[in-house]
Amino acid sequence: MSFIALPKRLRDFGLLGINQRNADFIMRHNQRKLYPLVDNKLHTKRLALAQGIAVPELYGVIEAQYQTKTISEILGKHRDFVIKPAHGSGGNGILVITGCMGDYFQKANGELLSLDSIRHHISNILSGTYSLSGVADQAIIEYRVKFDPVFEDISYRGVPDIRVIVFRGVPVAAMMRLPTRLSDGKANLHQGAMGMGIDLATGISCGGVLRNQPCTVHPDTRESIMGITIPHWNNILHLATQCADTVQLGYLGADIVMDRELGPLMLELNARPGLSVQLANQRGLLDNLQAIEALKFIPEDVNARVALSQQLSSQHPNAGGVENPASVETP
Amino acid sequence: MRNLSVTLWAALLIILGLGICLYKSFTLGLPLSPKQNTEVWTIQAALNFRGLGGPAIVDFHLPYSTPGFIKLDENFISNGFGLATEEKNDKRKAQWVVRRARGEQTLYYRLSVAGSPQQGAWNSRPEFPQPPTHTEPYNSAIQAIIGDVRNESANVFTYTRELLQQLNAPVANDNIELIRSRVHNAEQWVEEIITILKSARIPARVLWGLTLSDAANDAHLQPMLQVHNGDQWLTFDPKTSRPGIPEKFLTWYVGDDPLFAVEGGHKAEFSFSMTKTYRELIDVARQRAQQTSSIFVDFSLLALPVQSQNVYRLLLMVPLGALIVVFMRTYVGIQTFGTFMPILIALAFRETQLLWGIALFTLIVSIGLMIRFWLERLMLLLVPRLTAILIIVVLLMLLISLISNKFGAERTLSVALFPMVILAMTIERMSITWEENGARTAILYGLGSLVVAGLGYLVMTNESLIYLMFVFPELLLVALGISLWMGRYTGYRLSELRRFRTVKPDSHS
Repeated sequence: MSFIALPKRLRDFGLLGINQRNADFIMRHNQRKLYPLVDNKLHTKRLALAQGIAVPELYGVIEAQYQTKTISEILGKHRDFVIKPAHGSGGNGILVITGCMGDYFQKANGELLSLDSIRHHISNILSGTYSLSGVADQAIIEYRVKFDPVFEDISYRGVPDIRVIVFRGVPVAAMMRLPTRLSDGKANLHQGAMGMGIDLATGISCGGVLRNQPCTVHPDTRESIMGITIPHWNNILHLATQCADTVQLGYLGADIVMDRELGPLMLELNARPGLSVQLANQRGLLDNLQAIEALKFIPEDVNARVALSQQLSSQHPNAGGVENPASVETP
Repeated sequence: MRNLSVTLWAALLIILGLGICLYKSFTLGLPLSPKQNTEVWTIQAALNFRGLGGPAIVDFHLPYSTPGFIKLDENFISNGFGLATEEKNDKRKAQWVVRRARGEQTLYYRLSVAGSPQQGAWNSRPEFPQPPTHTEPYNSAIQAIIGDVRNESANVFTYTRELLQQLNAPVANDNIELIRSRVHNAEQWVEEIITILKSARIPARVLWGLTLSDAANDAHLQPMLQVHNGDQWLTFDPKTSRPGIPEKFLTWYVGDDPLFAVEGGHKAEFSFSMTKTYRELIDVARQRAQQTSSIFVDFSLLALPVQSQNVYRLLLMVPLGALIVVFMRTYVGIQTFGTFMPILIALAFRETQLLWGIALFTLIVSIGLMIRFWLERLMLLLVPRLTAILIIVVLLMLLISLISNKFGAERTLSVALFPMVILAMTIERMSITWEENGARTAILYGLGSLVVAGLGYLVMTNESLIYLMFVFPELLLVALGISLWMGRYTGYRLSELRRFRTVKPDSHS
């Protein structure tokens, strides 16, 4: 394997680079004034609730240091919850509590935490440790998603989620992000989580990436990640499409989890989704993005847009070639 | 479309910046490279006379137009004399006046010049001279010469050149020998040529100047010939017939009146002495700035007080450092802690030198990190924790200075110049990255910051670049243009070529 790829190979692959993502897609299609909607997860959640989009239930919000004293009241009887910063990024600062042993709380990785440690974590969140610019933050306490058993074998402590890239309201690519031992249960590819590419048309997994290398086996459970059918796939695409409508961002990543009882729930939205989805699917984003950018008319109807996206990806299943925008019919 | 307008703006800014820079360089003689030193000649004219006891007036010709040289500074040293200068008809004169001059009087005029691509600026327009009358046999000789030369020339320039060549020919005819026979020195020789030219109705005059040498205590003005071709004054060397002003020839004044005239004194003695010294170019440029009247120079940084100049010398390099950061981030894809943190570190390296700087930076950050990990266990709030790290950083700097002082390593004393707030923020960010994304990412970012800082240091301490930016601050427009242009780069980063090296476009078709 060569040390680096030549630019031509990446272009032929239709790879979207970070400079082009920023200049041609994020800057052109995402209005800056809309960023606070997705950068603050509390805003996103409230907005989604107003639109009737399914999200994990909100238990409480802590906005000031003094409120950390009353943490036990806010938690109430919940012994199974997630604490996360409203402005966090990359899955940082998320504390997952799965249960309780005496006075101690149990983290997803089995570690025990005292109530004091939880308070310290919250006050760290409030003082902006995990927020992008270090500004004062809020701590969100919410329902811990119990993920669908389908994914039991291919995740290691933590909640796998599905990242759908939506462009102009049309899903263009999707992958599942599987926590590993390396990622400490976080579903963040930069921290060592695994990416599993999902075919938009079928909802069946079609490839994987671990630390930027192609990989088809989960590193911890040793289970194959190929050919797994994601349940409720159409619902997931619908949800992602609705999310894009809610925040009006042209280019966005919707993070969706599959709860075993509640079905697909929107976890958070991202105005600057990463590029690894291309490695997971072994397919560049550019062809689909340019095809959609060339469309004069994007249907209003959510179903029509989901159909359009599936049509786009099935017309050229795993194709790396040049997409002809004219051949895309708009229903 | 957006790309086009960005490209246009970038091109416009770059052309504008380079254009002003080249214009300044060519017209004002500001050099583009900082040859450390340049030759500067200091010429001193001393006039000695005995006063008669009454009022004394001394007229003295000053250099007016000095093609090939720029006047750096000029001093008049005269005890008790009043001084007035006047410029008229291609001449500049000083007049020293005193009410009572008794005994020995000495007047000095000191001038420093440096080489500069300047043109002559003699603008006076002479009238057509009336042909002088000559006695025989000179009249016939002169008429014959004029006739010969006219046949072999086309205009004033070629006429003069041909005349000089004939007059200076090693083998001369009788007419020329006759003219030569009544000439005894260089001045008379030029006078003779002028007379002949006047007979041909060509305006001509003497130009006096000094041949500059390394050191001379007894230099004399030498006469040159100037003729007017209707547009401008052309200069010829009357002995070699060569047109133009010879190299290292400092033109002093024009006309046939004497260099100085003393009224109310006697036993006047005059001498020129000169020395060649080397001066820093930037000094010379600074003095040039004060002398030359050009809008670009009036607004030059060289006109600022020296202290502010030094501040700008540094500030003007920061944009170049920022360009390095842009390049490393958008084209190479190196990750750093904070966008411009590496520039601040690079500025600190200026004092410590690169290797020591990297060593000290690494030392402080690693020790700071260890202490930061211990602080983590105390569960402090963010701002108090940052303050604690800041105090620890200062303590570490203090310790390093004290310890190294004991061992006599002076270089490390400059550790105090590190921006401690930046160090503290780096430690904090690095420890959070370490915990969140693992040691590998944290160390990678740290190394990235150091690499960018090192490159920034090399660029920001480059003498040539410092000089260029300082003397030609309009290059900032070029930097702005480059940053606009780089701002629309949508191609792949070098790091992406590696990150995505596994993709196979072929497998899909």
